Amino acid sequence: MSSRIPLAYNPKVLELFRNPKNLGRMEKPDAEAVAGSLACGDMIAVFLRIDRVTQTITDAMFESYGCAANIAASSIMTVMAKGKTLEEAWQISWKNISDELGTLPMIKSHCGILAVGALRRAIRNYFLDKTKPAWIPESPTPDERHAVEEERLLEVLAKRAKRMEAELGQDSKGGKTG
Amino acid sequence: MIFSDMSRDVTALLESHGIPDREVYLDSENSGMVFPQALEVMKSAYMGSGKGHPSITHRKGWEAYETLYTSTLGLARAMHCKPDEIAYTHSGTEANNLAITGLALAAKTRKKIIISAIEHLSVVFPAEYLAQSGFRVIKIPVDRDGFANTDALSSQLDNETLLVSIAPVNHEIGVIQDIRAIVDVVKDKDVEIKVHLDACDAFTKIPLNLEATGADLASFSSHKVYGPKGAGALFIREGVELRPVIHGQLSTQKLWAGIENIPAIAGFAAAASLMQENFDAYTSHMSRLRDRLISGITSTIDQSLLNGPAGSKRSPDNVNISFLNCEGEALTIEMSLKGVYVSSGSACTSRVLEPSHVLLAIHRKYEEAHGSILMKTTPFHTPEDIDYVIPCFNEAVKRIRSMSPFKKGG
Repeated sequence: MSSRIPLAYNPKVLELFRNPKNLGRMEKPDAEAVAGSLACGDMIAVFLRIDRVTQTITDAMFESYGCAANIAASSIMTVMAKGKTLEEAWQISWKNISDELGTLPMIKSHCGILAVGALRRAIRNYFLDKTKPAWIPESPTPDERHAVEEERLLEVLAKRAKRMEAELGQDSKGGKTG
Repeated sequence: MIFSDMSRDVTALLESHGIPDREVYLDSENSGMVFPQALEVMKSAYMGSGKGHPSITHRKGWEAYETLYTSTLGLARAMHCKPDEIAYTHSGTEANNLAITGLALAAKTRKKIIISAIEHLSVVFPAEYLAQSGFRVIKIPVDRDGFANTDALSSQLDNETLLVSIAPVNHEIGVIQDIRAIVDVVKDKDVEIKVHLDACDAFTKIPLNLEATGADLASFSSHKVYGPKGAGALFIREGVELRPVIHGQLSTQKLWAGIENIPAIAGFAAAASLMQENFDAYTSHMSRLRDRLISGITSTIDQSLLNGPAGSKRSPDNVNISFLNCEGEALTIEMSLKGVYVSSGSACTSRVLEPSHVLLAIHRKYEEAHGSILMKTTPFHTPEDIDYVIPCFNEAVKRIRSMSPFKKGG
């Protein structure tokens, strides 16, 4: 086992893990996105139903491959996004998600980041064939960048695994053995 | 630990979780169950014979000394070594640290430490720490079942080599190494190279005779033999020189300063004796339950893989299964809600968000490691416990997979 850390979740996380709100795949969503990867152990798919006139999120659903915090963060993200305009939903931050969950353990903040990353990616996807509004910045926001970094973890880990394999049985100095 | 980081909601979390109607504790890897007889011995020690400090000159001190003395005789019998060859620590982690760092501190010229790629972190981390101060650390690869590559080991042995450290039984995948062959490879090359066995998971689970193995050092942990936490031991073969790694007021233990945990040592000795006296009955009971659990899960849940070897080369208590497309931390919580307590090698349970190095070393993919569940059968479990656990896994894995974007047909 890897080095451990206590994860005494807030009961809200356990409740949403037990009875997740808005869980499932949406038929013909107006926007969807995936963030994370199997190899990272965290992945969220988000589906949005959007009123084209008011640009309001009328329904939001998710699927999650991940830990209890990941499931709870995805679920609460969909709850928070529902009823909001796309511009309002864009403002949801990982900190808002963490606060809604009674504060995620620090090490689990990436779950909130991934949920926000998936939501913003879905909103960007919605505007792929439309005129992008001014409130969507050209370059990715910090939360989006973090979500991408999380995905890139796969490449980092794969590279590390290759290096480890090369090093096994070879000399390795200065703590580079792990 | 930073106290202010601790969740103040843990009581509310427990209330929300509730107490399941039936509970099966399968997490002895992380914190063991304790023999009631060992608890009785500890209670007596706390109340009377282990109350005093064994190095103080009054009746209570001498009583404590006597308790330590008789406990040590019992442990030496179970370990097949001399009482003088046992040094006490407070855990297996401390024993591994003392073995590796203590030997390195006493080393004059040799600067090479060889460990296997699947050692416990209490072996890996001290070795890597020493790598920062001039030692060279070599990790010997293992095959897909976790068996150490003795050719790779042999090719690394030279007159620079200080130590070879390997666990006769791996804590995580239960692989039983051919320790006799490994010690022979090392000692045939150079008798001065020391061999350390992290025997925490081997002790009382497989036949282990320290005198016969030819190993120089071996670590033990009380809770791994269903004694209390708070006691560990290091076998140090007569003539092997170590330096202390912690410093302070010495008592009976020259290598581990501070007061000995006499009640825990008494409980440790009682538990080890029980395990050794019932070795055949307990190990066959545990391995029957192990195989019942493994086959019950892998025959009913698709995409479930056994990690480590099957059969006689596997520790009698070890069950480690990866469930594909099923994240391990979520599974531990879902199982907990059903009253089944297990642990996972998923990155999501770790401090550094990396999956188990042991599973990666046996060439498991990241997603396979993320979905791993570790369980230990014990003398305390019954076939009915196992039969309760198997359908719980079926339901839990089904539910976790149903939430995933990767579900079949999705």
